[in-house]
Amino acid sequence: MTRYLVGKLAESLLAIWGVVTIVFFVSRVLGDPAVLLLPIGAGQQDLDALRASLGLDRPILEQYLISVLAMVRGDFGISFQHQRPAMDVVLERMPVTATLAGTALLFGTLIGAVAGAIAALKRGTISEFIVMVAALLGQATPVFWLGIMLILLFSVDLGWFPTGGSGTIAHLVLPGLTLSVFVSASIARLLRSSLLDIMREDYVRTARAKGLLPRTVFFWHIARNALIPVITMIGIIAGELLGGSVVIETVFAWPGVGRIIMQAIQAQDFPVIQAGVALVAAIFIVVNLLVDLLYGVLDPRIRRR
Amino acid sequence: MAPLLEVRNLTVAFDTPDGTVHAVNDVSYSLEEGETLGIVGESGSGKSVHALSMVGLIARPPGRIVRGEVLFNGRDLLALSQRELFDLRGKEIGFVFQDPMTSLNPVLTIERQIAEPLRRHFGMSASQARARVVELLELVGIPDAARRAGQYPHEFSGGMRQRVMIAIGISCNPKLLIADEATTALDVTVQAQILDLVRDLKKKIGTTVIWITHDMGVVAGLADTVQVMYGGRIMERGPVRAVFHDPRNAYTWGLLKSLPHGGRRGVTRLYQIPGNPPDLTRAPVGDPFAPRNPFATERCRIEMPPLGEVEGSVAGHKVAAWYDLRAALAASQVQP
Repeated sequence: MTRYLVGKLAESLLAIWGVVTIVFFVSRVLGDPAVLLLPIGAGQQDLDALRASLGLDRPILEQYLISVLAMVRGDFGISFQHQRPAMDVVLERMPVTATLAGTALLFGTLIGAVAGAIAALKRGTISEFIVMVAALLGQATPVFWLGIMLILLFSVDLGWFPTGGSGTIAHLVLPGLTLSVFVSASIARLLRSSLLDIMREDYVRTARAKGLLPRTVFFWHIARNALIPVITMIGIIAGELLGGSVVIETVFAWPGVGRIIMQAIQAQDFPVIQAGVALVAAIFIVVNLLVDLLYGVLDPRIRRR
Repeated sequence: MAPLLEVRNLTVAFDTPDGTVHAVNDVSYSLEEGETLGIVGESGSGKSVHALSMVGLIARPPGRIVRGEVLFNGRDLLALSQRELFDLRGKEIGFVFQDPMTSLNPVLTIERQIAEPLRRHFGMSASQARARVVELLELVGIPDAARRAGQYPHEFSGGMRQRVMIAIGISCNPKLLIADEATTALDVTVQAQILDLVRDLKKKIGTTVIWITHDMGVVAGLADTVQVMYGGRIMERGPVRAVFHDPRNAYTWGLLKSLPHGGRRGVTRLYQIPGNPPDLTRAPVGDPFAPRNPFATERCRIEMPPLGEVEGSVAGHKVAAWYDLRAALAASQVQP
């Protein structure tokens, strides 16, 4: 177990380093932040002075080494725009993103699980058909389009919810709903097919032959096994959502991690880009590690000593 | 004394996109208490389906019980409600399935899987069930039972898993144990061990057994009565000795001829039954084996022979054949 965790940790650090490296060089290609930071028409001297103060006048490899060594110490630099530690700028957006991600995961999973179970249990009926059509639509609809349509209907026409921003439950409804639709559609489809697969298993017949009641057979023998792939998917979705759903946060002006990274890219605020991407990668990796561990709890075959 | 199980005219069909599959056609037989019945047949002979359909274990739809009665202790199983079937399965009729690799739930402990029917049918507490589970595991010959009970199926070998399956099957002391290809997935040595175990258990607990297999050898070593099925029908039935030494149906004869005999292995070519298994989507007309039967008469192709007592053999030896296999064999040149 320890060995497994140490291995995973090394793997994770390597992955984060890779992500940070790519982001470092790609962002350096994008342009010159000094031009953006100074007012239009600033003189060459001012530009050079700013570049020197930001450390951007040094050779790129030197900049890279300085950055990486600082990151190892937990220092992601000072945001060009905000003049505060870059990681702080990103981290303070985390609760906002987590609220939206949590809402979408909670409702998406509940609705998806119920819908998927209905579709599998009512195989070949109109209920299955309705669930499957709805799920297909939910999965195929682009979230930005759905978001805009919901804003037009519920905010602009009906005036029930604010068009954007965060702070109250009312602000959470539309972006939460938009993401829940996508999450529940994915989960419903996967759970349905997983349940239908497991229902054909020999051990389900064994369970029935023991005289177990249908609900025992369903929860302990069918659902218990069918959930394993669904848990993986929930983990992947959770990782994605916690990294900030850039599109939804932009559409609903939701001030989360995804949005701050977007803004940092536009402003070429290198330290914030790097801090944001490193954080998102780390969250994704940690969530997946948790899913791996949960897997071991659910499936004794992959439990390690 | 009334038989423990009496199957009357059981007919089961499956409605599939390719048409109706006539899986079991007009099967009737009875089984005395304490008897071991070996049902032999190839895939698609209806041997498994007929057993599963008796206790509502086939999916309906597509499965459909067309007609028939299955009297178990005088009660018609086919007329029971769902609830009554849940109470009967596992308690009065135990099952042991093929392929212990897939018939046990991979994510539940062995203890839980054996305890489930005990808790369900006898309302045992967790500790009562645990004690009984250990007792059962010892009974089926699993060493270190108390520790092994807490393990998962993947920690057991194939033979050990089949022992666990048997423990599940007999957990509630059922009056009837149905084993469906219970040794098929095992290698020969393990198979022999399992058969020893079943013979031993029969002596200890005296359960009535239906042993479904495609292996004539297994039946010879285990059963009192053998019943040969083909195309969803019973072709021949009788005491094992009589059927093996004096087969009266061409299919039984073919099966026995295609068995390897000790000592002659590699010297003679094994007999092979010509042709292919029947297409069950066609409505059954005549003797299903007729197209592959060198002794078939014209009547075989148009009319199914009834299962009747064999003249000149022991009581209970029944065959469905219009032809007289003994006379035909004596007269013909068809020799393997």
